[in-house]
Amino acid sequence: MGRYVVRRLVQMVPVFIGSTLLIFLMVNVMGDPVAGLCGDRQCDAATAAQLKKEFGLDQPVWQQYLTYMGNVFTGDFGTAFNGQEVTELMSTAFPVTIRLTIVAILFEVVIGITLGVVTGLRRGRPIDTGVLLFTLVVISVPTFVTGLLLQLMLGVERDWIRPSVSTEAPFDELIVPGLVLASVSLAYITRLTRTSIAENRRSDYVRTAIAKGLPRHRVVTRHLLRNSLIPVVTFIGADIGFLMGGAIVTERIFNIHGVGYQLYQGILRQNTQTVVGFVTVLVLVFLLCNLVVDLLYAVLDPRIRYA
Amino acid sequence: MRGATNAGWAACAVAVALAATACGGGGDSGGDGGAVLSSSWTDPQNPLEPANTNEVQGGKVLSMIFRGLKQYDPKTGEAEDMLAERIETSDSRNYTVTVKDGWTFSNGEKVTAKSFVDAWNYGASLRNNQKNAYFFSYIEGYDKVHPAKGEQTAETMSGLKVTGERTFTVRLRQKFSSFPDTLGYNAFVPLPRAFYEDHAGWLAKPVGNGPYAVESYTKGSEMRLTKWDAYPGEDAARNGGVTLKVYTDNNTAYTDLMAGNLDLVDDVPAQQLKNVANDLGDRYLNTPAGIIQTLAFPFYDKNWNKAGSVKVRKGLSRAINREQITDTIFQKTRTPATDWTSPVLGADGGYKEGLCGEWCEYDAAAAKKLIEEGGGLPGGQVKITYNADTGSHKLWVDAVCNSINNALDNDRACVGNPIGTFADFRSKSTTQKLSGPFRAGWQMDYPLTQNFLQPLYYTNASSNDGKWSSEEFDRLVDRANAETDPAKAVEMFQKAEEVVRDNMAAIPLWYQNGSAGWSERLSNVALNPFSVPVYDQIKVG
Repeated sequence: MGRYVVRRLVQMVPVFIGSTLLIFLMVNVMGDPVAGLCGDRQCDAATAAQLKKEFGLDQPVWQQYLTYMGNVFTGDFGTAFNGQEVTELMSTAFPVTIRLTIVAILFEVVIGITLGVVTGLRRGRPIDTGVLLFTLVVISVPTFVTGLLLQLMLGVERDWIRPSVSTEAPFDELIVPGLVLASVSLAYITRLTRTSIAENRRSDYVRTAIAKGLPRHRVVTRHLLRNSLIPVVTFIGADIGFLMGGAIVTERIFNIHGVGYQLYQGILRQNTQTVVGFVTVLVLVFLLCNLVVDLLYAVLDPRIRYA
Repeated sequence: MRGATNAGWAACAVAVALAATACGGGGDSGGDGGAVLSSSWTDPQNPLEPANTNEVQGGKVLSMIFRGLKQYDPKTGEAEDMLAERIETSDSRNYTVTVKDGWTFSNGEKVTAKSFVDAWNYGASLRNNQKNAYFFSYIEGYDKVHPAKGEQTAETMSGLKVTGERTFTVRLRQKFSSFPDTLGYNAFVPLPRAFYEDHAGWLAKPVGNGPYAVESYTKGSEMRLTKWDAYPGEDAARNGGVTLKVYTDNNTAYTDLMAGNLDLVDDVPAQQLKNVANDLGDRYLNTPAGIIQTLAFPFYDKNWNKAGSVKVRKGLSRAINREQITDTIFQKTRTPATDWTSPVLGADGGYKEGLCGEWCEYDAAAAKKLIEEGGGLPGGQVKITYNADTGSHKLWVDAVCNSINNALDNDRACVGNPIGTFADFRSKSTTQKLSGPFRAGWQMDYPLTQNFLQPLYYTNASSNDGKWSSEEFDRLVDRANAETDPAKAVEMFQKAEEVVRDNMAAIPLWYQNGSAGWSERLSNVALNPFSVPVYDQIKVG
């Protein structure tokens, strides 16, 4: 197990370097960011040169990358064009998005798995058909439609929520945005759990457990659900990364100043430091989530071992 | 989506009308001068320093916390004395400025002649990377502190001298009679010592001398401004303060206004223009601002700079149905342009309605004839380049192309050429890498004809991206700048503008309006010629 973890951690290094290099190159081919800084008027040549020097843009790209990575290892992610440290941007953006992600994941786990278990155990019954239909609708409606409609219905018509989330973004204001963010994944988790449960219900060990006379709730939670969760856990693990990086639409609709917002601004303003910095952290989140998911397999199914 | 929610919007307008006083803004709802209003905002792109702010959102804050020598009248746009007691000159080149007594910064420091001279020297110095440094380029000695190449060889501009506690002199590099009128621009405001001594601290919480003082500033999300009670000027705030809230999307800001969580939106999203009359009634404002949009041409490309090109450009101009586009696409929030300036200047200030004449009038047959006479479109097709990331430029570029294609009876005569980001678009247009017409927008820095012509069309001027050049135009502008009588100067500028017209150096499209919508709590809301709300005059409750 220990060796497995170390091997996985070592494997992360090339993935990390490769992905940051790719992002770095992609942002750099977008052209000269200084040109956009002066608005509809051209920066005078001397100021432009000075700015380029300050942001290190006058160096060749490979050198910029090396300097950048060197700085990253000392915790220096550079400065955004508005004069703020990127680490400062991160310290305000990540807590908000992490809270949003927690709300979303909670919705996915609690509602998604519950619905999945209920429908998986009652296949073909009206409730199963109903939930299947409902999840199909949720999957097919784009997030921004759900988001805008909920915002209008609950925020403007009913006055139950505030249409925009305040600066502090406490948990209670994030409930509706979290639900919107979770909606599509939630539907997938319901369906994954349902299929998995329905399949394992017919397996030998479940029949054995029932034959032993174990109480029904114990059969379902300890035997059936635990084994059925493996695909679901894989999905949730990958989803954490997606939710954090891909919250752009939801964050825009509800005016949440999180990671999605900073990334969007960074790309619009072609701010290499912001984009690469945030993506670097997101890559790390992805890698760690994947590792945790792989380790969880053994907890869920003791037959899986790590050499 | 839109159609489905129209009824919803109408219904909620009523709900808001009933609830507005109860849930608005977060300030106390008593109808006194102490109530605070909230307003939508976008995070400034650059650090918030006077000489480093070149976009509306940062400029908005500066105009609330600073007052300069001059102030532009919110209605007429005229430059009026603010901190200036007198600005005297006998030759339009040497100016003596006397600063009014009794002004202080909100931290108690006195505003003196030195506050101005130091600030201007700071703004001009190459070392400080100020993006508006060129505003000081008229002053003698600018080329020493801000050389085009190499290191700066002086700390201060030789043309600026402090001659007393409240007086200083300015010597310009050449005659420039409207120089005093430019001094209302944000780059020319005075700065307190704290700015230099604790720069980071100042940026975190700017200190100025205007009607408002910054109470707190959370970068990227909110700035709270409160009325500065000891403000000595006549335009003291008539409300208790303004909270500027950063919105990621102006649609969300509009929704918040509808829900009663926000008092003022100064940019009504294009998608909502259809509903705005229903939603807000007379709490909506749509007035011309000092912004004009044009199509510029790459004169460095010989295809656009040959014998018949003038006729081709004029033909293209006549092939654009401006009325129809401003009505249908912009819902009348733009006005078809008939000259190269802006209506906010007023007739005395140099705006001349109809100066473009028939060349800006839609006439398909004439357009086709002109283009044929000029030798046809270069390569048989024009590509209009624009940035696709902001400003819904795609909509109108497609409409312009449609209009041109219809007029010329040719489906392929005009196509849009989108570029992903504004930065990339700017870097291509400023390095002369475009091969066809491209969108050009101009927001005035100060309400002067000079500002609409010189930076855009003078040979090698700062925003002459198409590299148009005309000796006659340059000569007329030089003469206009040297002219001491304002009326004669305006006349001269209009002659120069006629040169632009006769060569069709750029096709004028439309003047842009500023828009604002507000909650029932507010009254006396107006937009100044820069399309920024006149915050200090707004009454709450």
